[in-house]
Amino acid sequence: MKLKNTDALNALQAQSLKLLESRRAIDSVGTKHAQGLVRHVMVCGGPGCHSSGSPRIAECLEEELNRLGLSDQIKVFQPGCFGFCEKGPMIEIFPDNVTYCEVSAEDVTTIVEEHFIHGKQVEHLLFMDPNTKERFATKLPFYDGQLRIALRNVGYIAPENILEYIAADGYQALAKVLFQMTPMEVIDVLKVSGLRGRGGAGFPTGSKWEFTRKNQADQRYIICNADEGDPGAFMDRSVLEGDPHSVLEAMLIAGAAIGASEGFIYVRAEYPAAIHRLKVAIAQAHEYGLLGKRILGSDFSFDIELKYGAGAFVCGEETALIHSIEGARGEPSVKPPFPAEKGLWGKPTCVNNVETLANIPPIILKGAAWFAAIGTEKSKGTKVFALAGKVNNVGLVEVPMGTTLRQIIFDIGGGIKQRKTFKAAQTGGPSGGCIPTKYLDSPIDYESLASIGSMMGSGGLIVLDEDDCMVNIARFFQEFTMDESCGRCTACRVGTKRLYEILTKITEGKGTLEDLDKMEKLCRIIKDTALCGLGQSAPNPILSTLKYFREEYIAHVVDKTCPAGVCKSLLKYEITDKCVGCTLCVKKCPMHCITGTSKKRHIIDQERCLKCGACMEQCRVVGAIICH
Amino acid sequence: MCDTASPNQFVQKLDDYIDSLTHKKENLIGVLHYAQEIYGYLPDNVQWHIAQKLDIPSATVYGVVSFYSFFTMIPRGEHVVNVCTGTACFVRGAEKLKEELENQLKIKAGETSPDNLFTLETLRCVGACGLAPVMIVDGKVHGRMHKPQDINEVLAKYRPES
Repeated sequence: MKLKNTDALNALQAQSLKLLESRRAIDSVGTKHAQGLVRHVMVCGGPGCHSSGSPRIAECLEEELNRLGLSDQIKVFQPGCFGFCEKGPMIEIFPDNVTYCEVSAEDVTTIVEEHFIHGKQVEHLLFMDPNTKERFATKLPFYDGQLRIALRNVGYIAPENILEYIAADGYQALAKVLFQMTPMEVIDVLKVSGLRGRGGAGFPTGSKWEFTRKNQADQRYIICNADEGDPGAFMDRSVLEGDPHSVLEAMLIAGAAIGASEGFIYVRAEYPAAIHRLKVAIAQAHEYGLLGKRILGSDFSFDIELKYGAGAFVCGEETALIHSIEGARGEPSVKPPFPAEKGLWGKPTCVNNVETLANIPPIILKGAAWFAAIGTEKSKGTKVFALAGKVNNVGLVEVPMGTTLRQIIFDIGGGIKQRKTFKAAQTGGPSGGCIPTKYLDSPIDYESLASIGSMMGSGGLIVLDEDDCMVNIARFFQEFTMDESCGRCTACRVGTKRLYEILTKITEGKGTLEDLDKMEKLCRIIKDTALCGLGQSAPNPILSTLKYFREEYIAHVVDKTCPAGVCKSLLKYEITDKCVGCTLCVKKCPMHCITGTSKKRHIIDQERCLKCGACMEQCRVVGAIICH
Repeated sequence: MCDTASPNQFVQKLDDYIDSLTHKKENLIGVLHYAQEIYGYLPDNVQWHIAQKLDIPSATVYGVVSFYSFFTMIPRGEHVVNVCTGTACFVRGAEKLKEELENQLKIKAGETSPDNLFTLETLRCVGACGLAPVMIVDGKVHGRMHKPQDINEVLAKYRPES
């Protein structure tokens, strides 16, 4: 059914509203068939929950409900990511508004019986605050302080049903742009809203659109950059899987604003589920006349094609991405000319990130002032962070710009795992830096992160604790950029390798103080001379750790120790007075370098010790073998 | 994976796919994805065939194949085991997991076992950071792989029953 005009879209929305009715109403568990509504069971289909068996849970639920003849009154859905990956698989029941955590397929019969038949909450599956032991059926502390704009529909609507998206105001922003606004008005709204690119550098989106529009050409292109390469960031994937139509709608709006009739989504081949959802969404949009010729009866025509990446981090850089779409090696080129002047096949091209695009429909509908009221002076709106590492609540969080790291890590994230001590937060992935404790309370936005030597990047936020060695972390990122350097410019190709070699030398205990100076100098040279963003930002993890954790580097090169006990070559295993002389370790040592007889303290021959840790694993007496 | 297939076996299928494209040269990466899907890998003669068919130098094809890590020129084993080496997994013990897999499979990352059963590789982030460290066998994610016996149990599922 092709929608011929706005009235048809509005009529379809009115018709579709009933799809979301149950999820919008609030009711208590006790009342059966409350307000005559069908119950909706949402089983999280995010990457984490999916991996830990949520599709099986949904299947079991459907089978059980069928068996009991309840499938007309209770429907099962698999939407996108709920965000609270740590407690997955999660299910949420509407209109009861009850969330169950860490559900397994075995819990299904209990849930159906207790919750649906007896009208009682399944107490042991409710979220429990680890400190207060209080149980929460709804309003989990994890969601306090979060504001979902980009993720507004993710986990809330069924992503493979365009009608649910339309019911949630979907494609209304497009209708507004096509019939009530001029292209310049659209660009002005974006400029005033203060929306900046969420992919890394934070360039103002409205200005990018304006530059692209200004360049005269017979064809212009829109590209959605869905080549999410930052290891540890998965927000774009969640948007693509959980709300693909919001990306399509935003691309249509961009097309109308800059005068493009063709768009491309460059998506990682490693995201098959996202690719599938996008294909379904594009087919549905065609079916309803929201893609193709004369959209909603206007003069505007637009089509979207999917292009697959092939595993190259550098393709997240816009010029490299464009070359990849053209079928070539994904190597960046010198800017200027910027893609806005000469991009895909030499035509003006606008490249926007997934999260940036997902913000656009609500900005058009609610207005620039609404968006600009959220956030800080120069960074407006919200940012999605993939919170991971040594934090209790791993997950996707969307918070207003200006939220502090402490709020994200300790309030939303629930603090550090196993009550260890926070050491640093790594933001911006391989291009970012490590932020130490003293900046936990500074509000985060593009400027503040840059001023402390890190960057927003795509939004990966990895929490590190006392057990992490900062030199080793720097080495990890350097290995990443070395592997991913495309080789086009010498500064990055050779420079990242030399940095990696020096870092390896330091972690092996062969570094000198001079190496630290050399490394710092090389970092500056690479920053100044590399061709693209990958190379220019590659030294950031080293520079930030050198700045804030220099004493750890010094410990490695001068004292030849690794304070966190990570760098194997610098470890020393020792047997203390607590040894009871059981000879277990003597028998287990692969090098036979532990000597000692029964009931006497054993000794490790440090010269021959491999530092494999087998002795410590075997030892049954706490503190008898120590590693430092 | 069709590692034993002769490159000629699927030529018709590949040609039909290329013929169905409106833009051919620009779709080189798409063609390579398709070819790797049917052949399992991209040997020289398949690259040569694609170059001829798209009327581009074979050096260009090789240049693209060797640039992207998703493409491989050597056949993979029956089951592909991937260790996620993204940052979240790294700080939660991906390195140990990799070593343990190398131990249990008796191959290094990037290699295929002599019986052609397993190929061990690494990749960066699959978005299951809540389950770190994770390993992925034939696309299925297995999380919280801390203990050697858990790893062994997962691998056992893919070994032929003997």
